Amino acid sequence: MSNNIPSDLKYTKSHEWVRQAHGEAPNGTLEIGITDHAQSALGDLVFVEVPDVGRTLSAGEACAVVESVKAASDVYSPVAGKVIANNGALAGKPELLNEDPYGAGWLFRLESNGSLNAAALMSASAYESFLAEESK
Amino acid sequence: MAFIPHTPEDIAGMLDVIGARSIEDLFDEIPKDLRAGVLNVPAPMSEMEIARLMGERAAIDGRPLNFIGAGAYEHHIPAPVWAIATRGEFYSAYTPYQAEASQGTLQLIYEYQSMMCALTGMEVSNASLYDGASALAEACLMAVRSNRSSNSRRILMPRAVNPTYAQVAQAIAGNQDISFVPVDFDRAAGRTLLEALKPHSGQDFTALVVQQPNFFGSLEEVDALTDWAHDNKIMLIAVVNPVSLALLKPPGEWGASVGGARGADIVCGEGQALGVPLSSGGPYFGFMATRMQYVRQMPGRIVGRTVDVEGRPGFSLTLQAREQHIRRSKATSNICTNQGLMVTAATIYMSLLGPQGLAAVAQASMQRTADLIAALGKVTGVRRAFTAPHFHEAVLILDRPPAAILAALARRGILGGLDLAERYPELGHALLVCATETKLGADIDAYATALAEAMKASRAAA
Repeated sequence: MSNNIPSDLKYTKSHEWVRQAHGEAPNGTLEIGITDHAQSALGDLVFVEVPDVGRTLSAGEACAVVESVKAASDVYSPVAGKVIANNGALAGKPELLNEDPYGAGWLFRLESNGSLNAAALMSASAYESFLAEESK
Repeated sequence: MAFIPHTPEDIAGMLDVIGARSIEDLFDEIPKDLRAGVLNVPAPMSEMEIARLMGERAAIDGRPLNFIGAGAYEHHIPAPVWAIATRGEFYSAYTPYQAEASQGTLQLIYEYQSMMCALTGMEVSNASLYDGASALAEACLMAVRSNRSSNSRRILMPRAVNPTYAQVAQAIAGNQDISFVPVDFDRAAGRTLLEALKPHSGQDFTALVVQQPNFFGSLEEVDALTDWAHDNKIMLIAVVNPVSLALLKPPGEWGASVGGARGADIVCGEGQALGVPLSSGGPYFGFMATRMQYVRQMPGRIVGRTVDVEGRPGFSLTLQAREQHIRRSKATSNICTNQGLMVTAATIYMSLLGPQGLAAVAQASMQRTADLIAALGKVTGVRRAFTAPHFHEAVLILDRPPAAILAALARRGILGGLDLAERYPELGHALLVCATETKLGADIDAYATALAEAMKASRAAA
């Protein structure tokens, strides 16, 4: 099973990742997707539904749906914030999420006023341990 | 042998494993006051006793001359429909659990879906729902999932929509934080006017329901209503009689916007008129169709045509990822009962009649209703209620309460229509009548004669 866990991201128990945008993106912008483990467990995705730009999300709110031939699963927003972008490319090419879950397969970007809540989000090593524990 | 799969020992063993003392323990979480208590069910009967009881009950219904419609319609059902539907290969109410092993059943459902798409002018149909009323409730829930420009969970429900449907939608969707806002109908025309919607312009509504023909049998001005809805970012849910669609504009073409009509967004309704007998109220089946854009939000099963690994054509269930066996409480529906046997009959019925045959049924029904209204309108103290064009149903106004008149007619074996006093008290002494192709000139004359006599007797007694 595919299980790439980049060290520079934060993770949730429901298998989302969060990237703190830097470079060209303004401060406070977060990019969110689902992990390599999650895409691998779901199998070939046939449809991805992303939240509309402008929608305000609370932490833990179901806001996207990833659908494979086997199942449709909710994606939960790891933090509260306002959606400022979504990945429109997934509408025509859901396989982008299977091929590149941490890059071209991103789901949406949030403008979040608070900082990342360290307690609720895991580091790469903590997520790796969590996966090991979950698979027992 | 007893047709009970578990012996007392089996049950005791299973309870022991899960640590329960009795089967009753498994229902602990349901409060005592919500339980049905002891059911008053009579003792078991032999096959002979049951057959006799059913025969007696059926005889009570008799064979009345029926002029009631109001959502269930008496049409002639050609003999081959049920001769074929009850063949062993078809005689099941369900899509099989090993669906792909039953290619014949899947092909039949695929053909049904194709015919419903052709009738409604929509792009995709499901394999059926429970009945017309619950199909509307499902359509309301689907609209809330689909209309992403609306956050209000408010739906405009005209009073000219079948009140039973509105009630079922309220019961199902109302408990999911969806509210319904009534829209009045025009007292003279008997239909929903654009003027009644205009006060809601610019407000956030999720959907507008339009029934065509409406509960009174009147034809709504669907193009104007559809355009108003879309201009206000409101989804249009069409409730239609499939037989009428052989003559009327399909909902997929409703609206007259510049650049081509967008049409209804969701189409649903009751399928009983397509080869299913009245049967004292059921089983019937609901149908639903939509545009591809919303297919993932549509409840129920969908059969698709595909090819196997060797390239041979075949049929399979498709888009199952949001059904209840996978999504559980988050499924698009947890009531998506498939009325497979009724759908089988409907598919055979539509195949036998074809587009021209169905149009002939619709045309004849419309004509018979026109004849009926003309004949009854000549009776002293009876007049037509509304001016809007009708399909195969219309409202009459009597100069006295219909209840006693209907009772007198029933004594002569005539079901004279539906008394609207309870649902629409503002209409006064209103009676909803229907004639399909099954009512011949002599039947209509018999009703007119009986009505004239009943009215006369009532006047004399007053």
